[in-house]
Amino acid sequence: MKKEIITLAHGSGGRPTQDLIERHILPRFDSAPLKQLLDSALLECSGRLAFTTDAFVVHPIFFPGGDIGKLAVSGSINDLAAVAAEPLFLSASLILEEGLEVEELDRVLESMSRTCKEAGVALVTGDTKVVEKGAGDKLYISTSAIGVRRQIPDPQPALISPGDAILVTGPIGEHGMAVLQARESFFRNLELQSDCAPVWPLIDSLVKAGLKINAMRDPTRGGLATTLAELARESGLCLQAEEDKIPIGETVRAACDMLGLDPLYLACEGRMVIILPKKNAEKALTVLKGHPLGTQATLIGECLEKPEGVALLSTRIGGRRVLAPLSGEQLPRIC
Amino acid sequence: MLSLEPREVLSKISKMGVSASFMEVCGTHTVSIARSGLKKLLPDSVKLISGPGCPVCVTAQVDIDYAIALAHQPGVIVATFGDMVRVPGTETSLLEARASGGKVEVVYSPMDSLNLARAHPKEEVVFLAVGFETTAPLIARTVQTAKAENIPNLSFLVLHKLIPPAMRALLALKEIQLDGFILPGHVCAILGSKPFLFLKEEFHLPGVITGFEPDDILLALFMLVKQKKEDRADIEIQYRRAVRPEGNPQALKVMEEVFEPQEANWRGLGIIPESGLALRHPYWDFDARRRFPLKIMGSREYPACGCGEVLRGVISPQECPLFGRVCTPDSPVGPCMVSSEGSCAAAYHYEEHP
Repeated sequence: MKKEIITLAHGSGGRPTQDLIERHILPRFDSAPLKQLLDSALLECSGRLAFTTDAFVVHPIFFPGGDIGKLAVSGSINDLAAVAAEPLFLSASLILEEGLEVEELDRVLESMSRTCKEAGVALVTGDTKVVEKGAGDKLYISTSAIGVRRQIPDPQPALISPGDAILVTGPIGEHGMAVLQARESFFRNLELQSDCAPVWPLIDSLVKAGLKINAMRDPTRGGLATTLAELARESGLCLQAEEDKIPIGETVRAACDMLGLDPLYLACEGRMVIILPKKNAEKALTVLKGHPLGTQATLIGECLEKPEGVALLSTRIGGRRVLAPLSGEQLPRIC
Repeated sequence: MLSLEPREVLSKISKMGVSASFMEVCGTHTVSIARSGLKKLLPDSVKLISGPGCPVCVTAQVDIDYAIALAHQPGVIVATFGDMVRVPGTETSLLEARASGGKVEVVYSPMDSLNLARAHPKEEVVFLAVGFETTAPLIARTVQTAKAENIPNLSFLVLHKLIPPAMRALLALKEIQLDGFILPGHVCAILGSKPFLFLKEEFHLPGVITGFEPDDILLALFMLVKQKKEDRADIEIQYRRAVRPEGNPQALKVMEEVFEPQEANWRGLGIIPESGLALRHPYWDFDARRRFPLKIMGSREYPACGCGEVLRGVISPQECPLFGRVCTPDSPVGPCMVSSEGSCAAAYHYEEHP
């Protein structure tokens, strides 16, 4: 049987577009505002809101442990989670390249639907456009999300204080390495899986436990090192991590050794760096470890008054070095 | 010895009470030293100096300009390791060449260039062979494969360099006072220890062939300090898990089959006889310089760029007037700030600076 593919007609706005929406998109999402198909989704919510947007151009669109759909939904949810906002509504714009197999699109949509359910968020509005062959790379997705802020004051770098503990919710660098593996197939014997996941349910457990979080950030592009460097600069404090304590999986470490990459600069897509008062650190770790997404949560360091605005790493042999933000591209189109 | 904790090795080094400066001539060592913060743990009397150990950094400006000119040729795809892409030539870089329509593909192994050539039969693929002895056997094998499979649209711009002649040239300049060398483990896994005996014989200097973990480097430093104290000048192997005195005969054989030594132009050191590799006659068809005889005129380095002095160990990266001000990893002036193995990039990324 001939494979069904996306053509420019699917972006015409006419019957093929209608067909794409009604047969492939709507049945996958349990969302009343979406099914109304109005020009705008009609929503009810009140309170202190957070709103974020993100674009996803990862190549390839399928990689071990995830795909562009899971990534696009998780990405916006995780940006909300970083300010302790509970995700409520999601929008998604799909830019399809002519020639994309409909079966591939279905798999991505299925994955988006599953991820929305996991995170308890509703896809309420969307759009699809088709560009001619060669003008895109299979599929790009842009998502936006609205959430309700669950902590007062909102977590932000300005709240970081000297003495605060720095936690990371799991092993780092897995997304970056999984995408690299999907692209280049360097390793036949290494099991690499992206950590891509919506982390709100994990963060929610902390918020519900009433543990005051001073700041959070998801270490995506630029990895853990860049995230710590940014938080140090924005808070004007020193963030010091200990090399020994940073969780890195054996396979990621081995792959990094072979390729000469620094795992501290590899992207995560399902982790969060959490900074909170030291007195809450132990309790927070217990809560995080009790959740499936946080079983390997670890205390990796602390915040100091000086040197101001710099992230430092205490190395295994007892040395000390700066964690500078990533410059240039270590790996392009990772998310 | 191997079971010693880093702290114990450090304390043994301190107790020797030796004043000495040692040079590493391998970018991977430079990065490992910077990443582990090792320099600051050493007693003040023991100094580490980076030498010409980063292959991208020692590539002469005129060769970089040639590679960029290739990327601008219609129908040519330049295949290169990622580190070369951002190196500034006289006018532009490969990155800018790509942005303005030139074809530049980043590959992770020379073997990838074979696939690239097969996938683009109507275009010419040129692989930029930049590196030291470590990667030369793999390039040689790729050239042999290209010949055996008769891939007509692939050629190689061979800019490979050899470490021992550069060390000899550096020592002959007598610009800096050195007491020994941390020798490159990967290079020596191919070459063995013999090519470094000239250090002992001609300069009465010790060398220790070393692995790349900070623990390896610390042990090597202890061995060097001990030799200095005992006034010995031996070529010792710390990295026994990978290096044999005779090297890797198979790798040496394939290198010998494909390449012959020729003079090479080094940034910072100039032209050094027998310090580079050239394709032997049976492989001339695969020589990019023969296939694309481009004239490169007016190559020059950025005025005041200190890469040359940095590569000779005359100044530290921080002593370059451009470091961190005019020259940063985001807008690099010289290659030492670009390459992940460059000593300026390592200093900028990992060391504290104003």
